[in-house]
Amino acid sequence: MAEQLKMTGIKKVFPGVVALDDVDFRLLPGEIHALMGENGAGKSTLIKVLTGVYDIDGGEIELAGQKVRFTGPLQAQQAGISTVYQEVNLCPNLSVAENIFIGREPRKFGRIHWPEMRRRARASLARLDLDIDVTAQLDSYSLAIQQMVAIARATDIGTTKVLILDEPTSSLDASEVEQLFTIMRRLKADGVAILFVSHFLDQVYEVADRMTVLRNGRLIGEFRTDELPQMQLVSKMIGKELEALEQIEEHARETTVAERGTPIVEARELGRTGAIAPFSLTIHAGEVVGLAGLLGSGRTELARLLFGADRPDHGELLIDGRPHAVKAPRDAMAEGIAFSSENRRTEGIIGELTVRENMILAMQAARGWTRPIPRRKQDELVEQYIKALQIRPADPERLVRDLSGGNQQKVLLARWLITEPRLLIIDEPTRGIDVGAKAEIQRLVAQLADGGMAVLFVSAELEEVLRLSHKIEVLRDRRLVEELENGDDVDADRIMQTIAGGATT
Amino acid sequence: MIDVSTPPTPQKNRSILGGRRVYRPNTKHIPVLATLALLIVMYSIGVYNYESFGDTQVFLNIFVDNAFLLVVAVGMTFVILTGGIDLSVGAVIALTTTVAATLLTAGWPAGVVLPLVLLIGTVMGLGMGAVIHFFKVEPFIATLAGMFLARGLALLIDRNSIPITNDFWTQIAQKRFRFDDGVFISLNVVIAAIVVLIAALVLAWTRFGRNVYAIGGNADSALLMGLPVGRTRIAVYTLSGFCASLGGVLYSFYTSSGYSLHGQGLELDAIAAVVIGGVLLTGGSGYVLGTVLGVLVLGLIQTIITFQGDLNSWWTRIVVGILLFAFIVLQRLVTRKAK
Repeated sequence: MAEQLKMTGIKKVFPGVVALDDVDFRLLPGEIHALMGENGAGKSTLIKVLTGVYDIDGGEIELAGQKVRFTGPLQAQQAGISTVYQEVNLCPNLSVAENIFIGREPRKFGRIHWPEMRRRARASLARLDLDIDVTAQLDSYSLAIQQMVAIARATDIGTTKVLILDEPTSSLDASEVEQLFTIMRRLKADGVAILFVSHFLDQVYEVADRMTVLRNGRLIGEFRTDELPQMQLVSKMIGKELEALEQIEEHARETTVAERGTPIVEARELGRTGAIAPFSLTIHAGEVVGLAGLLGSGRTELARLLFGADRPDHGELLIDGRPHAVKAPRDAMAEGIAFSSENRRTEGIIGELTVRENMILAMQAARGWTRPIPRRKQDELVEQYIKALQIRPADPERLVRDLSGGNQQKVLLARWLITEPRLLIIDEPTRGIDVGAKAEIQRLVAQLADGGMAVLFVSAELEEVLRLSHKIEVLRDRRLVEELENGDDVDADRIMQTIAGGATT
Repeated sequence: MIDVSTPPTPQKNRSILGGRRVYRPNTKHIPVLATLALLIVMYSIGVYNYESFGDTQVFLNIFVDNAFLLVVAVGMTFVILTGGIDLSVGAVIALTTTVAATLLTAGWPAGVVLPLVLLIGTVMGLGMGAVIHFFKVEPFIATLAGMFLARGLALLIDRNSIPITNDFWTQIAQKRFRFDDGVFISLNVVIAAIVVLIAALVLAWTRFGRNVYAIGGNADSALLMGLPVGRTRIAVYTLSGFCASLGGVLYSFYTSSGYSLHGQGLELDAIAAVVIGGVLLTGGSGYVLGTVLGVLVLGLIQTIITFQGDLNSWWTRIVVGILLFAFIVLQRLVTRKAK
């Protein structure tokens, strides 16, 4: 079959980094093709090249047999390449209908035909089984629905030859993912070539026909999904054997029986109306407490209360056994509580600053601006953490925005670790990062707890929570519904039951 | 084993799509409604306190006296909707009136001078827009430079006020549309009304208009959605330049003169009118109708102070300052609630 898209010898160089080196890539019409690789392997760069955001420094792109070269997203779209990005790239201030159609609104007598646009928007969302008010402003909906709107936008372009889905599932729950896959299969049957990027290997294996693996900006190979077992794929992605990764698993399981230290933070009926119902929770030194629950179940809200990012309107917070009014993150930091936010782009990392500057931010803030940290001390600390967390590239003076997602997450972690907190709250530290980096972060959390630090670990991935936590707090509908001591009798099914509301299974 | 599985989330028993959205009133309308309420209150105070304040002509005079500001503010609305700002408009008015007056005095026909001065403002806007887009210069800086340039050029041409005696100009300046009961509006008001109407239609019904909102909402997303961000951005500054020079023409009708010191600080009045009219300074939200109300508020303050008689005219500025504060705080509250 003739390729719908053929890229040969693609090369893309950024100052100091070769992001793509002689990469070949092809897409057949009517297939779902997964692009696999760790963070920093060049997946995002390849996609940006394909969507016209970046120009290439070498190589050729052929679309349906025609040589093309895009100078911007508009040209790529006109040529039939639509994209759904990981971070929702829509306009929050416009209506849902407009977000689907802007740039190609139906027109009548030269003006926008609003009723027609609304009608078509509803129809296009109905295909995704979505029945929402299309005249409402986009930001009045949850992230998951915004993502579905983005997909509706991408698939509604009638001339779509190639559909790129860049981590479209990271903010969707299971049933939403299923819907997305149904849509993808339907489009595939229509002859659309789909490029799918996801960190969830199960999803890839469920839906993809073939896959291309990248590592460090180079092509590792193209494989049929049914001919490449998952474990082989992982080792191709990370380029090393898997024994090292297996070790963490065992190590973490051992720690679950570790001794519990003194209580550091105790919440008594702490709550905030509209965010989280009053809950009681005690976190001891050397303990990893996992927060499990669905998206929007109140995980982040609970964490924010402990850190003083939001003010409680109910109950009290005890630190070291004494009641303590945590009014602002500053107060929490003074007590040795650190919070690494789930939105690393908007609430954590400052892209325009260097790795070093990002890392020392929290420590500097804790000291106050009148007492700058001596440069030599900075360099020492930063070097130490770059090494400990294996941040790549290991250059303290590189701008953080040039780093891959996983490495940005490590920089963010390092920022808080430098302050040597007693309680570290990490919200979704492994979202959107690859298996290798994920394993490293998990190992790190286990090590920190061994060293006596208390960790509140928030994650959407139950397996991860199960593996790391000594104690699991299960949230449902903004309420802490159950506390489970992690042990052999606790497994994902058990937690899921609780999340699902004790439904009989 | 390492985690290679999808997060096992249970099927939800309710539809993912029902019920998630919390109803709230359309926050976009709140600032405009607030301005409307303010306008009604101010007008009522005026009618209650001053004799003959309620005459229709008093109200129409607000339009007559502020037609040029309205036109400029409409251009500014487009710019601010994209999240930008145009500081050059006052200076462009000065340049427009000076060039027009000088050429007319030199005997050029009005039919040549009028399109020429409109072209000058438009080209200046185009230039600033191009600098902003191609060199990624902050709009504040680029238009500040434009402001100095235009004002400097005007001063270079003539430092004195030049009376305009051209027949066409004086005819238009004196043109009145009278209604049955003796009240009237000037041609300036008609022109301004047409500009407002066109602008409102463009913003609500054309792709260009919607792109303006999209850029104000999130320029990066707009680019990734394949919208012509650069072209749109240049276009709004061009449009603002055109509106500024048209405002300058109206101003020269209104004052029958050209002067290089005309329109000093007018850019700030225009920005104030737009903001009081409920357009978000960060872009992406607001209406031309709001801008009209904003201009009316400014005009009404002046009228009240004139009627009061014993107040220094600088009180206008003080009141405008207080209102600006109030409305920016209101915007904050509204957008925060929306989050």
